[in-house]
Amino acid sequence: MHHVLMDQWSQGSSPLHVRDPRSKILALLAFLIVLATTAPDAFLTLAIDAAVLVAGILIAGLPPGSLLLRAMTVLPFSLTFGLISWLAGDRLRAVGLLEKSYVSTVAVLLVVGTTPLPLLLSGLEALGVPRLLVLVAQFLYRYLFVVSEQAQHLRLAAACRRGTERRRRLGFRAAAGALAVLFARSYYRAEGIHRAMMARAFSGKFVLLRRLQFGVADGLFTLTIAAFLILVRIQ
Amino acid sequence: MTPLIEIRDLCFQYEDGTKALDGVNFTLHAGETVAVFGANGSGKTTFVLHLNGILRGTGSVAVCGMEVNKDTLARIRSKVGVVFQDSDEQLFMPTVLEDVAFGPLNQGLPPERAIETAKTALEQAGMEHALAKAPYHLSAGEKRRVALAGVLAMQPEILVLDEPTTFLDPPAQANLLHLLAGLPQAKLIVTHHTRFAAELSTRAVFFEKGKLVADGPVQEIVQRFDWIYPALDAADLRYSAQRRF
Repeated sequence: MHHVLMDQWSQGSSPLHVRDPRSKILALLAFLIVLATTAPDAFLTLAIDAAVLVAGILIAGLPPGSLLLRAMTVLPFSLTFGLISWLAGDRLRAVGLLEKSYVSTVAVLLVVGTTPLPLLLSGLEALGVPRLLVLVAQFLYRYLFVVSEQAQHLRLAAACRRGTERRRRLGFRAAAGALAVLFARSYYRAEGIHRAMMARAFSGKFVLLRRLQFGVADGLFTLTIAAFLILVRIQ
Repeated sequence: MTPLIEIRDLCFQYEDGTKALDGVNFTLHAGETVAVFGANGSGKTTFVLHLNGILRGTGSVAVCGMEVNKDTLARIRSKVGVVFQDSDEQLFMPTVLEDVAFGPLNQGLPPERAIETAKTALEQAGMEHALAKAPYHLSAGEKRRVALAGVLAMQPEILVLDEPTTFLDPPAQANLLHLLAGLPQAKLIVTHHTRFAAELSTRAVFFEKGKLVADGPVQEIVQRFDWIYPALDAADLRYSAQRRF
């Protein structure tokens, strides 16, 4: 499961892992703005941006192949819009959509893979993101494993009762039914998790074991990344 | 002496109209361990969810002399520790240490003290070696122990365990039994496992259709309601099979 792997990755201790989440979020923001404003045919700039990310992945000690592969999950969406642009005759925009969406996803995965989620959300909150939004994100992420686990159980149960090779694929009716059951079961499971949290005095705010500390090194990190990217962009 | 839990005429109805509790009266004293028996759907879990205000019915629920209401909820949740049936629902933080420290942090302890308390609770539960692990990498028995540690870290006066033997193999059940026997808190154990209950409890209550219909020594309740795994012989099984198919 993606999120389980991300949880594991984020527990590291590389120079990127130890940076304050706010410094990584700000660097990511700078990266995304620079990327968004780069022309789709500025291939050298895009290549340098990508190289920065690869360097980050290597410094963080994350598995490059696995991360780059996971970033491809965005491609079906950007391919759809890319195709529309292509058919409309705007080929450059189509290429830009694909390359920028993919590189942006890699950048986001790099930050998520080097920052434990509670810290990342805490960083977002400290940067002014509304608490309600942060809380919703926290719950969404935590309940994701509930849904995927329930889906796996349903798939296994269906596979056990599927007889012949011919009936291998689930029919539309069965799939729709399974989806409804998945929703109901996940809802009850999520309710159970919420009860368990309430029973342990949860009052709507996640309190962290680690306090956020934005040091000089964090500031320098953000400034260096942002300055470098802007310099490459305006060259 | 004030009882730890005192419940008078507790009634609860779910939104769909199901009457889950009907005039329940119950008392728990310090040091007591009480087994809660009853068929599936008889109201046992609904009953225990009232003890820390997760569900609120009519009637009165008092914990350590405090009536359960909005103002006392935080204090009551520190007094009553609930270990849920499915440990996976209780373990939601990325690491074991963070999960066990979740309660103490919510109680307002500073991070350093929360870590200390969590480590002590993990030691108590025999899981100190797993503090850096992700909860989903643990076995069912280990998860149950970590879930218990998460509750113990809040230093409750009452422990409520909902079906604690579910998903556990016999050795893990025996380990849990020894662990629970060594804990000083008053305990309420919701279970179908009569032997497990008998080892820990001296008293049992029995639920039937939302009513608490019996309260007494464990053996007496077990015999009165024939609450043991039925010993069927081959003829019985053949008869059942013929009747069904």
